[in-house]
Amino acid sequence: MPLFGAALSAADGVITPAPNPWFSWSYVTSHTTQLFIAGREHLLLTIASVALAMIIAIPLALLVRRVRLLEAPVLALGGVLYTIPSLALISVLWPIFGLSPWTVIIALALYALLVVLRNTVVGLKGVPQDAVDAARGMGYSKVAILTKVEFPLAMPTILAGVRIATVSTVGLVTIGALVGYGGFGSLIYSGFLQNFWHAQIMTATIACVVLAILLEGLLQILERVLTPWTRA
Amino acid sequence: MGALVDWFTDPANWTGPNGIPTRFLEQIQISLIAMVVALVIAIPIGVILGHKNKGGFLALSVGNIGRAVPTFGVLMIFAAWAPVGVGNLAAILALIVFAIPPLLTNAYIGIRQVDEEVSGAARGMGFAGMLMLRKVELPNAVPLISAGVRTATVQVVATASLAAIVGGGGLGAYVVEGFATQDNVLLVAGAILTAVLAVGTELLLAFAQRLATPKGLRLREQAFEAAS
Repeated sequence: MPLFGAALSAADGVITPAPNPWFSWSYVTSHTTQLFIAGREHLLLTIASVALAMIIAIPLALLVRRVRLLEAPVLALGGVLYTIPSLALISVLWPIFGLSPWTVIIALALYALLVVLRNTVVGLKGVPQDAVDAARGMGYSKVAILTKVEFPLAMPTILAGVRIATVSTVGLVTIGALVGYGGFGSLIYSGFLQNFWHAQIMTATIACVVLAILLEGLLQILERVLTPWTRA
Repeated sequence: MGALVDWFTDPANWTGPNGIPTRFLEQIQISLIAMVVALVIAIPIGVILGHKNKGGFLALSVGNIGRAVPTFGVLMIFAAWAPVGVGNLAAILALIVFAIPPLLTNAYIGIRQVDEEVSGAARGMGFAGMLMLRKVELPNAVPLISAGVRTATVQVVATASLAAIVGGGGLGAYVVEGFATQDNVLLVAGAILTAVLAVGTELLLAFAQRLATPKGLRLREQAFEAAS
């Protein structure tokens, strides 16, 4: 009976929905170029955002260390920027920068700022006074103490901040899809708009996770290379 | 700037289904449901794993990988999945997935990092099992767990604005409409409201956390925050 029923409905021209699988290897193989372009954009947006956050945060951390009075207000401001939703940051920057990657980069850099800033401040604070005193006793200049003693010793904490900021940024880049620069997020969004194209949404989401895990691993290796003494 | 003031003072924007109070409540509702479900799932698992000192790798990996999962993608997956579909439910489910990893990891670490001397002393006094968990481990883990809950809640409230992208409500509706109609005033107004809600939640919870933390543990909590 079921066989007969199936034949009957086919004969009646009942439209069966087109298959829409979540996991499709043929999607991956037929869209390698799109995935590669999206991945490159995703990577570039992430690197630019984190780099911009570092360029602002590290000098700011040094300033805050010189002028102790600024520490609380600067960290509080960073906290506010960190709390503001990325969607809101992007929307505020949109009227200024429009359809440009800078809308996404600046919004995400402001978000990542606090993580790098706080870890740099805490990392520099954690440098043992003995090490600084010893360097001064050996005739190191203030700059040399900073670059040769304090920064290296604070490196594990600073790099941990950069790592956390990078992984969160990879996830947040996807929201940039709303202004046309979202890397894998643009694929996710267009998949959603194109009639819930499951394979595209799922593949791009997984690609995003893979990218984050790869970058996390790379930064961990970098951390080990840059701070050989922590492995003792 | 003037247009923005006009928008905020226009009584029409303060009433009806697209009014500020309604959108505000929608966002809080979405966040609250998601947080309650995430807490009910994550905290017991994290606490039990920590208490039994098992599954540490799992508890920590969930936190690590969870951070790498894009909420935007998860949201789209739920919205495109027929049983859920577009709307607030997709957002609530995505936010649950988003909130569980940090809550679980913090609960696990919170229990595990209880001072060996403290738990040792308690064991010597005959504490064990559930009694140890209730009287010693949990109170000592409160600072870390509540810090985790606070961070997760603020992030959930902030991220809940994405609900509007998949046809749900909340303050993100202004942002989405602003993008769609190229209306900068609406866009910035929505952004300001979302930011105010997120920062307000943060301040409220920072205050609540102070009240919830046992007096004797306050100092240590500050030290942890500085070290994190």
